[in-house]
Amino acid sequence: MSETNTLRDSARHGDGGKVFDAGPEGTYPPTEEMLDAPVDPEVKARREAELRKAWETPKGWRYWSAVNNTEVGVWYSLTAFFFMLCAGVLALLMRIQLAVPDNDFLSADRFNQFFTMHGSAMMFLFAVPMFEAVSILILPAFLGARDMPFPRLSAYGYWSFLIGGIFVLGSILFNVAPSSGWFMYPPLATEQEGIGPDIWLLGLSFIEVASIAAAVELIVGTIKCRPPGMRINLMPLYAWYVLVVGVMILFAFPPLIAGDFLFELQRSMDWPFFDPDRGGDPLLWQHLFWIFGHPEVYIVFLPSIAIAAMIVPTAAQRPMVGYSWIVLSAVGVGFLSFGLWVHHMFTTGLPSLSLGFFSAASEAVVIPTGVQIFAFVATLMVGRVTMSQPMLWIAGALAIFTAGGLTGVMVAIAPFDWQVHDTYFVVAHLHYTLFGGMVFPIIGGIYYFYPFITKKKMSDRLSKWAFWLTFSGFNICFLPMHLTGLQGMPRRVFTYPESAGWDVLNMVSTLGSFILAAGILVFAWDLLRPKSKQPLTERNPWNAGTLEWSHDVPEEAWGVRSVPYIASRYPLWEQPKFLERFDDGKFYIADAPEGRRETIVTSAVDAVPQAVVQVTGPAWVTLWAAAFTGGAFILPVFKFYWLSAFSGACAVACVIYWLWTSTAQVPKDPMRDAGLGLRLPVYVTGPKAPGWWAVFITMLGDATAFASLVFGVFFFWTARPDFPPEGAALPDMMWALSAMLAYVVAWGATVAARELNRGGRQGVARWCIVGAVLATCAALGGMWLAIVMPGLQPETHAFPAVMYALTVWTSAHCVLAIVMLLYCLAGSVLGKLTQLYDADLRNTTLFWHFMCLSGVITTLLVGVAPRLM
Amino acid sequence: MRGPAVVLLPLFVLCSCDGPQSVLDPAGRDAEVLATLFWVMLAGAVVLWVALNGLIHFVTRIAPRPLNARAAEALIIGGGVVVPVILLSILLAYALNDMPRQRDKGEGLRVEVTGHQFWWRVAYWPEGAETPIVTANEVRLPTGQRSEITLNAERVIHSFWIPALGGKTDMIPGRETRMSLEPTRPGEYRGQCTEFCGESHAYMAFGAVVMEPEAFEEWLEREAAPAVEPATEKARRGAALFLSEGCGGCHAVRGTAAEGQVGPDLTHLASRVSLAAGILPMTEDALRNWVRDPAEFKPGVEMPGYDHLSEDELSSMAAYLGGLE
Repeated sequence: MSETNTLRDSARHGDGGKVFDAGPEGTYPPTEEMLDAPVDPEVKARREAELRKAWETPKGWRYWSAVNNTEVGVWYSLTAFFFMLCAGVLALLMRIQLAVPDNDFLSADRFNQFFTMHGSAMMFLFAVPMFEAVSILILPAFLGARDMPFPRLSAYGYWSFLIGGIFVLGSILFNVAPSSGWFMYPPLATEQEGIGPDIWLLGLSFIEVASIAAAVELIVGTIKCRPPGMRINLMPLYAWYVLVVGVMILFAFPPLIAGDFLFELQRSMDWPFFDPDRGGDPLLWQHLFWIFGHPEVYIVFLPSIAIAAMIVPTAAQRPMVGYSWIVLSAVGVGFLSFGLWVHHMFTTGLPSLSLGFFSAASEAVVIPTGVQIFAFVATLMVGRVTMSQPMLWIAGALAIFTAGGLTGVMVAIAPFDWQVHDTYFVVAHLHYTLFGGMVFPIIGGIYYFYPFITKKKMSDRLSKWAFWLTFSGFNICFLPMHLTGLQGMPRRVFTYPESAGWDVLNMVSTLGSFILAAGILVFAWDLLRPKSKQPLTERNPWNAGTLEWSHDVPEEAWGVRSVPYIASRYPLWEQPKFLERFDDGKFYIADAPEGRRETIVTSAVDAVPQAVVQVTGPAWVTLWAAAFTGGAFILPVFKFYWLSAFSGACAVACVIYWLWTSTAQVPKDPMRDAGLGLRLPVYVTGPKAPGWWAVFITMLGDATAFASLVFGVFFFWTARPDFPPEGAALPDMMWALSAMLAYVVAWGATVAARELNRGGRQGVARWCIVGAVLATCAALGGMWLAIVMPGLQPETHAFPAVMYALTVWTSAHCVLAIVMLLYCLAGSVLGKLTQLYDADLRNTTLFWHFMCLSGVITTLLVGVAPRLM
Repeated sequence: MRGPAVVLLPLFVLCSCDGPQSVLDPAGRDAEVLATLFWVMLAGAVVLWVALNGLIHFVTRIAPRPLNARAAEALIIGGGVVVPVILLSILLAYALNDMPRQRDKGEGLRVEVTGHQFWWRVAYWPEGAETPIVTANEVRLPTGQRSEITLNAERVIHSFWIPALGGKTDMIPGRETRMSLEPTRPGEYRGQCTEFCGESHAYMAFGAVVMEPEAFEEWLEREAAPAVEPATEKARRGAALFLSEGCGGCHAVRGTAAEGQVGPDLTHLASRVSLAAGILPMTEDALRNWVRDPAEFKPGVEMPGYDHLSEDELSSMAAYLGGLE
């Protein structure tokens, strides 16, 4: 109680928001003497028992309620691998169809479904989720954290992925799968009958949302859950790549989600965004799709480079050369990848100037990519290379990837692309980059990390078989395709005439594809075969230098025995007595006195310890939340709109229950002894809290989706002469401006509520929240009146349709804002949200900064902009 | 590691580079430039690939002793920054230099091609023409000049491509795109739709014929003329059937009552090199089978089947159509 009082005192004199975040007390960084202090074996045993109990994995059927990263990560990776095998089978069936000319093994429609699903599944159900799965599995270990910051969010993401994946992939069994290509170009895809395109749009949007959730978690994990002392320049390279890729997902997926939103509105409500007869434009979709689609390629590729970046130093038994160069390059690739999307649209008749610019920008990617590859080579050169299982796959990956990169240099030249675009040359190119840049490094990574997960090694003999079958099969399949493409064979054709002269090459490709499949099968067997008789390996079988190899697996679910103090990039190589101190629990939070799952939160750049926060434990509510979210996305496919809305409401209810019962709990004791003479707070709010970061990062993604819709308005404005059409009804300016005013008032009331609550005037703060809710309702009403009163008809033309789409989007956010405000109000009334413990209100205010901005932009675009066009 | 490449090399030699639809067997100015560009880039790529992978092989398998850290840093900067910047600058300058020329406006003839599911409407606008000369599923171009090609699409996106002559351009509903081609070598080539356009995307091809300018002029003149009268009794029966079955509601045969604009113009059908957008030979047999059940050859086609007609009637129809030279 006295603790609280001192804090309250300091608040009166303090500097705004930061005063409540009680800082650490005691010594930091730890001295050598402290680290050498012996630990009483009895204390050690007691602490171990506490930790074991807190981190116990549920048994029996309750196992599926687990949320720990080691469980969820394994399920996630195996599911993604399973989806990959399914998509691979589709590819083999297509190869059979193409083996001989004029074949009728598959009908045209079935072939079209297959290639659509092959691409969609490989991208959305394998490549991106696999990165997230592997990262969820191993990132905490890289960072010496006990778990991801939001384990239930990982579990929610996994269950969403599983439900969505089965739904999308399962459609192929009922012959109703989408069949207009993984790129879903309108008007073909908007006009297609049946539910195929809806399955694609809604099912994959669902998975994209889960992907973004995982990306948010990975970014927050990397920024806030590093061990004390692991400054940002000491992070393992993998964590850097996670950061870069997470941010790319955050900015790349939202344009696609915005596109999906418009697309589905056109399909279900007939709002003509992409219909040229009613003022729409099919090219808008292409832009939105490829603004997502090109970064996607690097989202898939960079994590594998990240795995290589962990294997190469171990193979060379030497720290990575050019660490800063690699980090800069990874960030550089991330940036550049957002400026290249037009090279997928070189044939759409854009002006020469743009073509030249995007050709050059595309070529520029060679530089950061080259730097990374040469850094690996340089590391191998300065070290003593011991060729191990994983290294073989990495070498194979480089051989294949460099070939794909070189053909990439060719297709980036716009005029050459006019010849090979949408031919088998591109099929060959993209498989070289994705196999070399994703599949081979991932398999190498699995060989490398397998002992970390199971304490067993995979077979050397099978590894060699798998490698050589996959490698030769791959080249036999895809190398000839370059020539097939140059001989003029277009992509996505289900058959071809004999006279075209493509038969020999296609037959060779088909043979190669089966050799490749045999290699993957050998690998799958090696991965999944029972290994219970096999002896356990030692703890660090490759003699690696990074933190993850300090884990004692698989017996202990606690992750790290104690959260270490880090002073180098390769602590196992460079920090003396590291493992001994680690095992004895001489580092931080070696115990769990209250039986809770906890991990350390540190500052974003210097990793100074800030708090010990509780992480969530096993729960069924995540599974329910995922199931209901799935219902909300999947039911509209079958036109069950009311059921879908009901399911969505249930999902929201589940999430509220989950948040209310397990996050931002008022602690009994505000401080905790973290060990090594350091006392840390157990509740943090504002920018120190992982939850605040999660809201901030999510809102960046959300704002990107909104920006994509705004891009749509400007695209129509500049590309279409009839936007708005002559004499069309314009939204009412006065209603729109009133709504804008209401947004500003609601935002002001929310900010005031935060300030008043902190100042100890909870009663007034609650009235401010009520005021904010009412103002939001007023804004909502004003926005709708602005478009309904003048009689805008969204089905008639793209202009009113876009006005409606903006309003629908912002309205959905208003509803969310109201839910969040009411959650805070309930928290304040029921004692969950107090003067000191105000994380929920801080997060809601953060949300409102974005909400207010998008409300103002929406009302301006609706109310004012059309009068200027 | 380089095993498969060695095994496949002879295969590449075996598979020739020519073919009716080959980028590497150019018959037009742009295609020639781009084929040369490809060979240059291929040579560069092979050298770079062997150098890089040779280096990796050397350091992982053969290297006598480790390199010092300074040399390693130099390798990163040299290999990752300096060399790519130099090579890419040269490549961009060389390759993009010709791009404006390839997009030049054509002089003289303009051909307007419209993509339909799954066929091509082709309209010729000779210099100064008031009305176009309409045909379908075959593009003929004269040598010795750059012809302008304007592209439209009726319902979904298609892409127009004659590999032997030059690059492709998309046909997008609601906007007109353009390109130009400069054929150099007379002959018969094949073009194909390269943007996925639906169920029978694979069956959307066309004949591309390059002719000497005089021959082209003669052909265009013939093409402008109305259809020839059916020559035989059988063909006359077929012509009557053509009208009574309502074929003229969709198809035009200029000079007759058939004036439909929904489907391909059939005025000089039999003078084309192929039937049904490049997928069947132009024979009476093929015509008969096509009219009986087009969906058998082209799933998703909009033309209905005429399987209620007797074999005899179908033969007459085929005789009529086969006579529309």
